[in-house]
Formats: sequence, C-alpha cells, structure tokens
Amino acid sequence: MDWAALRVSLWLGAGTIAILLPLGVWFGRVLAVHQFRGKVLVEALVTVPLVLPPTVLGFYLLVIFGARSPLGQAFQSLFGQSLPFSFQGLLFASAIANIPFVVQPIQRGFEAIPSDVRDAAACCGLTPWQRFARIEVPLAWPGILTAAVLTFAHTLGEFGVVLMVGGNLPGETRTLSVAIYDRMQAFDDRSAGVMAATLLVIAVVTLMLTTTLSRRVGVRRG
Amino acid sequence: MRGWTNVVIAAAVVAAMSPGLTAQRSPTIAAAANLNFALTEIADQFKADRGTPVELVFGASGTLTRQIQDGAPFELFLAADEEFPNQLTKAGLTRDAGVVYATGRLVIFAPNGSPLTVDERLDGLARLIKSGKAGRLAIANPAVAPYGEAAEAVLKRRGLWDAIRPQLVLGDTIAQAGQFVTTGNAVGGLVAYSLVLGPGFAERGKYALIPESDHPPLRQRMVLLKRAGETATQFYAYIQGKTAKAILRKHGYGVPQ
Repeated sequence: MDWAALRVSLWLGAGTIAILLPLGVWFGRVLAVHQFRGKVLVEALVTVPLVLPPTVLGFYLLVIFGARSPLGQAFQSLFGQSLPFSFQGLLFASAIANIPFVVQPIQRGFEAIPSDVRDAAACCGLTPWQRFARIEVPLAWPGILTAAVLTFAHTLGEFGVVLMVGGNLPGETRTLSVAIYDRMQAFDDRSAGVMAATLLVIAVVTLMLTTTLSRRVGVRRG
Repeated sequence: MRGWTNVVIAAAVVAAMSPGLTAQRSPTIAAAANLNFALTEIADQFKADRGTPVELVFGASGTLTRQIQDGAPFELFLAADEEFPNQLTKAGLTRDAGVVYATGRLVIFAPNGSPLTVDERLDGLARLIKSGKAGRLAIANPAVAPYGEAAEAVLKRRGLWDAIRPQLVLGDTIAQAGQFVTTGNAVGGLVAYSLVLGPGFAERGKYALIPESDHPPLRQRMVLLKRAGETATQFYAYIQGKTAKAILRKHGYGVPQ
C-alpha cells in the first residue's frame, strides 16, 4: 500500500472540492436563476470537460503551461516552480476537469426552487444574502452535496490527465490510481491489488454516505 | 452560519498544508522501464551504504524525455538508449553529455502453455506465423521505447515484420509489454533480458537471448540534469561504481569496463 499516494489522492479530492464548490454554488445559481443571451454557449462550455478525452486537456495544459511555452516560463519565474509535474498543477487540471460535475448538480438544485419561494422570502423582508443563505442554500443542499461527492469520487478516479500533467512523481503527483498502474508495470500485483481494493471501498462508502446524508437532509426539511 | 465558518477553516487548512507535499523531498530519478528491478536494487543498496534515499520513477525513455522538456523536476535520467539523452543535452537541459552505464539485451519470451517455441533465430515464431495460428506478440512501442525499436529491428532482420505487424500489441513501456505476456494476453513477446531475470517472470515461461548483432546495440546512457543536487550527483557516481556494476551484471546487463 502506497500511503503517500493515498494522501496525494485525498488531498487532491479535498482541494478540488475546496476550490470548485464556492465557485460552483455561485455559478450554478447564476445559471439557474438568470436568463441571458449566449446562455446556451456558456452551458455548453461548462459541460465540455465531461465529454472531452482527458488527453485533450492534458495536451493543452502541457502546451500552454509547459517549460517551453512563454506562459510556462513566466509562471516558473514568478513562482519558482512549473505548473505541470507539481501538485498545484494537478489541482489546476483537476479543477478544470471537474467543472461540470460541480456546476450541473448545483444548477439543478437551484432550478428546483420555485420562484414563489424566493418572492415570498423577499416579501418577508429578508435581504438577498439572507434569502440565499437561509432559504436557497438549504433547499438546494442535495444538489450541492451531490456536486461535492461526484467531484471527490471523480478526482480519485482521474487517471489520464494525472499521468500526462503530473508525471507519476512519488509524494507529489502519484495518486492512488496512477500508483496502481505503476505497481502493475513493476509486476507487483499484490500492491496493485491492495490499492485497487482500497479505491473500490472508498468509492462504495462515498456513494453510500451521500445517499444516507441526502435522505436525512430530506427528512429534516420535509 | 457555523457551517460556513467550518467550510472556510477547512479550505484554509487544505491550502496551508498542501504545499507541505512538496517540501523536503529526496531527489527524483527518471529511469527507463527496463531498469525496474536492477535500479530498485541499486537504490536500496545506495540507501544502505550512504543513508540517503532517492525516489525512482520508471517510464518509457521517450515519455520521460518529453516530460523533462516540459519541465518535470527530475535530477538524473537513465535512458534505454543514447538518442533521447543526447536530445536533452542538445537542448541544453543537462549538465554534460553523461555516460553509458549499461548495455541491454533483448529476449524472446513465451509464457507457459503458449504454442510459441523460443529460439535465438526466431525460427519458432516464423513457424507459428506460417501455421496461421499466431496470436498476439507483445513488444514495446518503438516510437517511445528503445527496446521496442530494437524488437522492430530484429523482426525486420528475420523478415517477419510485415507478417507479424497486424498481430503486434504495443506496450507503453517494455514493462507493460512484459505484463501482456506474463498475464497470458500474448503468445509471446520481445522484452528486456533484465525483466525476464526479475521476480514474476522466471517461473512463468521460457526465453531465449537474441544475439546482440541482430539489432542496433542498446547502449544505455544517463545524464545529470541541470537541477541535479548533491545526492543525485553522488548516485550518478555510485551507478558507475563496483557495487552497482555487479548488480547490473546480475540483472543481465553488459557494463562498461
């Protein structure tokens, strides 16, 4: 069992959620509540990472931020470290790859709130922020929770982008899913098996946890 | 509001602690996949002798070269050929031109129960192809793995390339090609001698050494990269020392005098 790889995976999952969830709540709500020109295009762009092969994302990230590109060199001189082949770079790639997993469930969550409820809250004299925090977020909560879980699970399972942009560096960019591949290559089937089973257990537990949590939330609100 | 405060605190903790992943790391060494067993043993011995660990990352020489050009933080690169490290030297990414540390050998390997009989002239393979019953043959991808290139040269030399081509499965690295064979997903493969001598291979089939004259020599060069620190430099010297040479020889490599 590669504990460093497990740690990298868990940090990557948690970090991706920490970055994307606030953005997703804001943007998902914007898409749910407002109508504007070009919304179809915006929605398509948000969904693109879902249908794009991971290699496409990996290719662009390496070309745009690699050591041979001007942008990559600027980044290197600013932060003393390149974006590809670092944990931060992985986090960046993971955040982009997970945008649809965050925005879509949250958007559906906010869309499910009838506009009457919003109007009623306004009539009761609640400020926009109070309406958002006390009425809308609790009602959209199942969507937000689904977004967090999907992102976490998806990040743990990410392989193509991680291998291309991260490069399998132990303790830095070698996630559990890459470590399985690495151990297979080293003819170490036992370690690969242990780690594969770990990921399987994490995935099942995560999904069970969501179902339980969203049911409990539903009961409390209902 | 307490829930939100917790979220903010959690985010701050993640942000504060994640750079800790990068701090205080041993030097990372990039190595061709054929070195999987040999270099791991050398690194263990190095750690026992000097008390400093090194991190090993294995991959296809071409893939690793590309990653180094794109800024991967490796300090030393052990390739499976001379061309890839020379490319890096030309690009000004290495300290100097480096040295040849080993010469690799290719074998034809058939897993237990395979219809393929192995011999150094590949006559068994030719017979199997003629019978029309040849299944998949595994080699490393010639585009990124020098051992794949050597395999292609051998098959061409024996006049088998065109016939076997539709049946080839290409491993990303020579290790993956080996994986295809040991798991019984191919009737045989042209893989690195060093892998066949390692654990997990020996009991699983038969092999025959391919004569060195049948393919361009697999002279393996290593280069220190610009960012190499003291430990990586010591490891570079250690690989050229007596102990490491004995280990390389044990794993089927030829070593420079």
